[in-house]
Formats: sequence, C-alpha cells, structure tokens
Amino acid sequence: MRISTTAIVLLALGLPAAAANAQASGDEVAELRQMIIEMRDDYERRISELEARLDSAERDAGEAFELAEETAIQQSSGTSAPNTFNPSIGAVLDGGLSDVGGGWEEIPGFQPAGEIGTGESGFSPGEVEINLKANVDARYYGNVTFALASEDGEVEVEFEEAWVQTTALPAGFTVMGGRFFSEAGYLNDFHFHADDFVDRPLPYQAFYGGRYTVDGIQARWVAPTSLLFEVGTELNWGSSFPATASADTSPDSHTLFAKLGGDAGVSNSWQLGLSHVSADAVDREGGGHHAEEGAEEGGAFTGDSDLTVFDFVWKWAPLGNPTVNNFKLQGEYFMRSEDGTFADIPYDGDQEGWYLQGVWQFAPMWRVGLRHDRVDADNGPALAGTELEDPGRSSRRSSVMLDWSPSEFSRLRLQYTDDRVLAESDSVWYLQYIMSIGAHGAHQF
Amino acid sequence: MTRFIAVLVALWLPVSANALNVFSCEPEWAALVEELAGGNVEITEATTAFQDPHMLQARPSLIAGARNADLLICTGADLEIGWLPLLLRRSGNPGIQPGSPGHFMAADHVRRIEIPASIDRSQGDVHPQGNPHIHLHPRNIERVAEALADRLAELDPANAESYRANADNFLQRWSDARTRWEERAEALAGMRLVSHHRSFSYLADWLDLDIVATLELKPGIPPSGAQLSRLLEQLTPAPPAGIIRAPFENEKPAHWLSDRLSIPVIEMAYTVGGADTATDLFGLYEHTISTLEEYRE
Repeated sequence: MRISTTAIVLLALGLPAAAANAQASGDEVAELRQMIIEMRDDYERRISELEARLDSAERDAGEAFELAEETAIQQSSGTSAPNTFNPSIGAVLDGGLSDVGGGWEEIPGFQPAGEIGTGESGFSPGEVEINLKANVDARYYGNVTFALASEDGEVEVEFEEAWVQTTALPAGFTVMGGRFFSEAGYLNDFHFHADDFVDRPLPYQAFYGGRYTVDGIQARWVAPTSLLFEVGTELNWGSSFPATASADTSPDSHTLFAKLGGDAGVSNSWQLGLSHVSADAVDREGGGHHAEEGAEEGGAFTGDSDLTVFDFVWKWAPLGNPTVNNFKLQGEYFMRSEDGTFADIPYDGDQEGWYLQGVWQFAPMWRVGLRHDRVDADNGPALAGTELEDPGRSSRRSSVMLDWSPSEFSRLRLQYTDDRVLAESDSVWYLQYIMSIGAHGAHQF
Repeated sequence: MTRFIAVLVALWLPVSANALNVFSCEPEWAALVEELAGGNVEITEATTAFQDPHMLQARPSLIAGARNADLLICTGADLEIGWLPLLLRRSGNPGIQPGSPGHFMAADHVRRIEIPASIDRSQGDVHPQGNPHIHLHPRNIERVAEALADRLAELDPANAESYRANADNFLQRWSDARTRWEERAEALAGMRLVSHHRSFSYLADWLDLDIVATLELKPGIPPSGAQLSRLLEQLTPAPPAGIIRAPFENEKPAHWLSDRLSIPVIEMAYTVGGADTATDLFGLYEHTISTLEEYRE
C-alpha cells in the first residue's frame, strides 16, 4: 500500500518535473533531486500519519465492538419480563384407556393401604398434576404439587407435595419440611407419571397404597466420598399408611434410609438403597377412602408396624450415552412385620413383596419393558375368619409394556398385565398417555 | 479379598483436601480449568465427548462429585436444564449453588447466537437463551478463560497469581494458534455442510461455513424417515461437502443420507476427548480444522 502510493506520487510529481528540465545544469538536477527527496519524505510522513490514524480508528472500532458485545451479553443473560420471578410451572396430563376383566380394589391378606387396584374399564382423563417450584431465597427452595382427578363425577384435588428444602446448609446436609414423598424405597420418590409402567408394583400398592407421603421433616447427609453414600431420616406426623395420625407432638412414624451408588466404568451406573419405616398405628382402618368407610367394612389395627425395604437399580448405556440404546434393571424387596391387635385379636404377622423390572430402549423414542411383581401375607392362624385371613397363595402379576416418546415431553404406552392378584386370573390392557407442558422435568436417576 | 477391601477403602476415602475440587459438566471446561489451574485442582468430569450433555441424569457419582466441589463449571444457557438443578439440590453443597462464587456458567460470559425470537415446545427442545454449544468459537474460549481465571483467583486467593499468569500464558498461545487456524481456514469459507444437531453453529459462524441443513428438523427431536427423505430431495440438486457429526449423535440418520447423496459423514471431535488427538483445547481445534480441510471440495 505504502510503496504503491509513494510510486504514484513520484510519477505524478517527480517525473514530469524532471522531463521538463532535461536541459538543465548539474546544479539544477541536484536541486530537483533534493526537492524530490523532500517531497517524498513529506508524503511518507503524511502517509504514516494517515496510517497511524487508521490504526487508531481500527482500535476504536474494535473497542466499540467489544462494548457492543458486552452489552449483548448483559442483555442476553437476563430476561427482564415482568414475570421473571414466577416459579417454574409445569403440568402433566396422565390418562388413558383401560380394559379390565374382573379387576380388584384390595389385595387378599393385606389391609387396604389406599386407593389401589386395577381401576375400571374405559377411558379416564386420569390425573392432571400441576407443579410450581423455585428458589424461595438464597437459603430455601420450594415446591408445590397438586393433582386434579375426577372421582365419581366430582373433581377431587389432591394435595400431593408442598415442601421447602434448604440449599445453604454446609457439609452435605439438607433439611426438608412440609409434605413430601419419602425416600424409603427407590420408586417412592418418583411421581407416578415418571414410572415405567402404568401402575405401581404390587409391594408399593400393598405396603404404601401407591406411595408413602410424609407430613413432617427430613434430614439427609451426603458423605464427602467419591462414591455416593447418603443417609437420612424422616419424621412423620401425617396419616399416610402405614401410620395413623395422632393429635400430639410426637411423630407417628419415622424413617431411616441409606443409599450407596456410583459408576462401574463409563457405561454402567448403579445404586443400592436400604430403608426402614417404623410406625405406631392406632385404630388403623386402612388408607385413602377406606379410612372413612373402613369402620363398617372391617377391623382396625393397633400396634407397631416395621417395614424394611431393600432396593437396587442398575443402568447401562453404550459409553454412557443413552440417546440411542439404554437399559435399566431395578428391583425392590419389602418386608413388613406388624405386631399388635387386629379387630381386637392379638396378632403378629409378616408380609413381604418384591418386584423386578427391566426396561430396554431399543431405538430412539422406543422402549420395551418387562415386570414381575408379587406380595405374600403370613398373618398367622389367629386372623382366620377375618378379612386378613391368609390367602394361602401369592398375589402376583406379570406385565409387558411398549412406549413411544417422540420428545422428552410426551409418551404413549401400551401395557398388558397377566393379573393373578386374586385367585381368578385376569388380563388387563392399558393404553396410556403422559404429556408434560411447561417447565422441563428433572432427569432423576 | 484383600484387594477388594483395598479398592473399597480407596473409593471410600475422602477426596483430596488440599487442591481445589472442580466439577465440570462438559470436557471442554475441564480442559480449560486444566490450562488455568493445572496441578492445583482435582477435576470430576460429568460427561465425556461420547455423551450428550442434554441427556444426562443426576446419577449417584455426580451427586457425590457435586457434594465435594469447590467450583462447578458448566455451559449454562439451559444445556444442563434436565439434570443440573436436581444435582445441585441433591448435593448439599452451598458453595456451588447459583449466585455463589463456586457456580460458574460459561455461556454467561459470551455472546450467544441463535436466540429464538419465540419459544414453543412445538419447535422442539429449543433453548430460550440461545445456542449453548459455545466452545467451538475461539473468541468464546478467550472470554471464558478470562472470567474463569478471575473466578479461580477469587476462590483460591493463595494461588491467584498463578491462575492469572497461567491465563496470560494460555491466552497468548491461544491467540497465536488462532491466527494460524484462521489463515488455514480461509480456504474453508463457504464450505457447505449438513450437521445432525445445531452443535457446530459457533464453528460455522467463526469459519464462515455454510450449514445448509440439520438432520434434526427440530432441535432435540430425532429425525423421522419422511423428514430425511424430504431433506434428501432438497439436497440432491447440489449435495454439500459432507455431514458433520458429534460423537454422541446417532449415526444412523447421517449414514442414511450420506449413502444416498454419496457424500461423506465427517466425524468431528466436537469436544476434548472426541478424537485421539483432541487431548486438549488446542488439539480439539487442530483436529477440527484438519478434519474439515481433509473434506474440502
């Protein structure tokens, strides 16, 4: 750039001048040369001045760009809509069509723990779950979930969860208070719509009425280890089965739980859990609606209920990437001992149950699953003739499901269950839809 | 048996107490921390280059890693929306919660592109805060490195000088390398490519590549056969130079289209660890440019 400009200047000014003075003397030539040198120096100086100005202008432009970028970052990293502080809101629609033969509402040998069973044939809009969650402030996180369902033509609002959790306690401690899903059992902490089958496994239905909800507090601690080791306890003042609520300040049931988990190589991860729920029941007539109607229907239990749950889950995905294929195997074993009186008869019974299920994603969006679940009651001869008379057989089922999830937010599922909960076997078909709108759900392990 | 117990004890032992414990959501940020902090840190990596950072679960080992972290470095911009909030709540670690010095989101420090004008789930898994795959533009690495050096210095004042010196050294080498890459990449400008997901938008922005289509019609939604057929029809008159693919993206749609258009599937490293030579950020960029050069028309 510089050289060519100088050359043009020389051509334009220097050469014509030299040509016009072709006959001039040696002095004149020297003088002209001197002039040319001066002119060239002058132009070079001006050119370098211009270049310096250009450099400086470029720098300014660069700074202006950086400034603009800075502003863009500030603008893009925070939205300033009036509802910025609204909690995240999500709703889940969970319903479908079912084809049930005889169906059942109670499991032989078990006091009904809540609203359980196969449900009725036909279409049901099921449950609409609405969830709000956000940080309360720098110390607490809050979560509210309620569910709307239609029961015998009436809309029923179920108050599922309402809890606050600490986020600022040091050293791995977290405390939660309110109404929440207990950590006793792997599946218990999941919402129903996150399950891999339409209905909860039999032990959950028999021992928890679907799930065990705590009205009270939970404290948990994560150990400072590279394997996950977590222990916790829960105190419950609520009436959630197997507990009954008493009107005093001492809790009606308490839970202890421990989890151990980690990775095995890059493709596998696992978790083991052990928990214990111990409840003092007084005149327990069953959970859910049975609590209201139970007095006329059957006996009540008073005594100690001790439940131990062992759970495991193992997940596999090639190189830890579940996008195309993945596999999940999970199982839980429930063991309960109840000691007290049932219908005023001294009673010391044991019940147990387990399930094992595997779910295989064989292609993106598509999964297939198999599950076997069963429960057994050994209530002893004393209760013969009552509703808790030993059925003399296991209540059991085998289910297979196929589901399709075109996105993270929608799922359609077909499930067939060979149902042997009652002595007479039954075939049950379900076609279920689960749709989430609003906030992104959590990828819980 | 003795060995088994020894392994158990080793796993059980608390993680190192001297060094700064860093939890990194993606390999690119682990590599950057390595550049700036080297021997002063213990890094727990949540993902490898072969795992889709969108799709992770808050698995037990990550909860344990987050529990022990002094600094959590993630991309942000909702890339980890499915699992990071849950992980943070389960960690019982106040030092890495949002708003704490130990909570560092790289995307907060750069200018994001592809910020959608409207948001609706019918558009797929869109990110309201723009494209979060920010690490394939060298300017973004520079900006994150500067901010990260400050953050490390804030968290570990005793070593502040060393973090700043490492950052200066890194930025100088990065700037030199960037000049070389840009010289080489002049020949790549305008290269027409198809990508699986919008994983390479910043790279395209930097090198002036022309991403003519994405296999995913909508982000995060696997392409259907019909969508691929339409794409084939659309691209047949002027096939692009190739289909670029990150290691964690499903290879089937890319191969289907590649077979029919007779164009190559270009296996990109995408991030550190995604190819043998992509052992650090320099190696990643080197590999990225060389791979594209190899398939230049």
